[in-house]
Amino acid sequence: MEKFIKVSSIATPFPRVNIDTDIIIPAKHLKSIKRTGFGEHAFETIRFTAEGARIEDNIFDGEKYKGAKILITGDNFGCGSSREHAPWAIAELGFRCIIAPSFADIFAGNCVKNNILTVELPQEQVDALVIAAEAGHQIHIDLNEQTVCCENAFYEFEYNPTHKEMLLGGLDEVGQTLQSGAAISAYEDKTKMMTPWLYRG
Amino acid sequence: MLKTMYDKIWGHHVVEDRGNGMALLYIDRHLVHEVTSPQAFDGLRAAGRKIHRPDSIIAVPDHNVPTKDRHLPNPDPMSTAQLTALEANVKEFGLEYIPMDDVRQGIVHVVGPEQGFTQPGVTLVCGDSHTSTHGAFGALAFGIGTSEVEHVLATQTLQLKKSKNMRVSVTGILSKGCTAKDVALAIIGAIGTGGGTAHVIEFAGPVIEALTMEGRMTLCNMSIEAGARAGLVAPDAKTFEYVKGRPYAPKGGQWDAAVAYWASLSSDDGAMFDKEIVIYGSEIAPQVTWGTSPEDVVPITGYVPQIKSFADPAKQEAVEKALAYMGLAEGQAMTDVKVDRVFIGSCTNSRIEDIREVAEVVKGRKVASSIIEALVVPGSGLVKYQAEEEGLDQILVEAGFEWREPGCSMCLAMNPDKAGAGEHVASTSNRNFVGRQGPGARTHLVSPAMAAAAAIAGHFVDVRDL
Repeated sequence: MEKFIKVSSIATPFPRVNIDTDIIIPAKHLKSIKRTGFGEHAFETIRFTAEGARIEDNIFDGEKYKGAKILITGDNFGCGSSREHAPWAIAELGFRCIIAPSFADIFAGNCVKNNILTVELPQEQVDALVIAAEAGHQIHIDLNEQTVCCENAFYEFEYNPTHKEMLLGGLDEVGQTLQSGAAISAYEDKTKMMTPWLYRG
Repeated sequence: MLKTMYDKIWGHHVVEDRGNGMALLYIDRHLVHEVTSPQAFDGLRAAGRKIHRPDSIIAVPDHNVPTKDRHLPNPDPMSTAQLTALEANVKEFGLEYIPMDDVRQGIVHVVGPEQGFTQPGVTLVCGDSHTSTHGAFGALAFGIGTSEVEHVLATQTLQLKKSKNMRVSVTGILSKGCTAKDVALAIIGAIGTGGGTAHVIEFAGPVIEALTMEGRMTLCNMSIEAGARAGLVAPDAKTFEYVKGRPYAPKGGQWDAAVAYWASLSSDDGAMFDKEIVIYGSEIAPQVTWGTSPEDVVPITGYVPQIKSFADPAKQEAVEKALAYMGLAEGQAMTDVKVDRVFIGSCTNSRIEDIREVAEVVKGRKVASSIIEALVVPGSGLVKYQAEEEGLDQILVEAGFEWREPGCSMCLAMNPDKAGAGEHVASTSNRNFVGRQGPGARTHLVSPAMAAAAAIAGHFVDVRDL
């Protein structure tokens, strides 16, 4: 996987609270058996009319925020389903970083697996970044330093060290865990004695 | 050190402690369905990896399956492709599979408990957020994304950060006509959809102890709507009774050992929780949602709120959008909201007890003529069989309901069951998100009894008044 270190770009401001996974990608579009092709349906109810016509100048397709790699949004972003199609869809729109006051747990976990950085900042800092994004300013995010810079603003954010290592290293998580094969076997030998009813055949 | 139930189950499953609350956690049980698994199997194939423990998995199709005319070809080629992919994958990897024509087929979260696959003290995952349902048994159960599905298939573990402990105690007793669904909605109304974020919620108190296993499943099912990673209820005699004798349950001498182990899992007296909430059970009335987030909920005796009654400007904006979408006015009485369609089903409310509750309300009554469609979709073939044994299907059909085959149905508009734009749906499912039941559909979350009452009246009505 590509390494994640820094992102500098304009940002798309989308300061709505409780954006759920059905808004990010409606369930009817989850039928593909591939990991791609979800971007065209991302935020469908915001980008298209019920008849399927593109809504003029919606923030995701309009000229103003074209090329933005950063999405700035509201509290509890990504609540709802565990569908990884949500970060797949967001990545296909070109976003590599999402800034919000808070994220739903499963969604945030799914972002790590897809090389998307979720940055949690206090509401007032997010509000300031929304204003900066609307003014078209560049926002600079450095994962290594755990900082967000913009104009005169400079914010630091907390980030899970394990997830940081994964993003910075572009690691294959399954491959990494398989290196703990001996520990997994030892755990199974122990629990086969303690809870044998959990093993069949 | 005193431990919560979550601390204990977590502790029993740590393969490697990685510091900072991170651990490699062992996963005992894995439920697989057609929507979130194909890319995971592809990942395994691409890397030439095997499934670590096929005996830890049950696969069953549920999201896409039609709930009628199953003898006909599936009308949607994309759905067919997913169902076919699941069949091919379970064959290639040698997994236990319950096909669509098997009486045990149904919604993963109904099937797991029915098969005794769900047990106290296990870690159980599925690529579906409502995996929290299984917490009703004192299992640490949570939804995962597709990359994690692949990770569990290949390694039987997950790299996880331990969540914080939260306890929601529900005191007193529930009044007649109030159910586990009303408790779940009342809790979400009180703490919000982000109230449980980064926490595992243990539900406790006299109301929870008095709930049946079905009720506890309904409650834990919706812990995800409160933002929690998982929900838990301490296993007790009811839990053991439910599990006993089921196909995957411990047998012979192992049964007593298992019960002794399960009984040791409850939180220690005096264990510390990072967050504690108390809800007065006797104050809970039947609930109904008015907006597009499960936290947008009021008692049936209540009214659509005033936008200005919310302090947060972002929430005010969200409420304004929600009311426009829902076609509701500030101050409107919930009992004045007309219902166009009724859906009784989903992993929240499709078990035998739910069907009995509906039958009790509608017996000898008729679905209002203004209702376009009223569906009852049992959660599994076994629930369907049991309901038919009890003659409940007859009562429902005579009242004007359609009695369907098991599946996720109108919970999420991935299969032929959908609601039309602008229609108000009395739904026993778990999410009232924009477009969840079909583009433009207006979902109101309620209990099975309240959905049944709305079907009869043609509008929302207090089931206690019927």
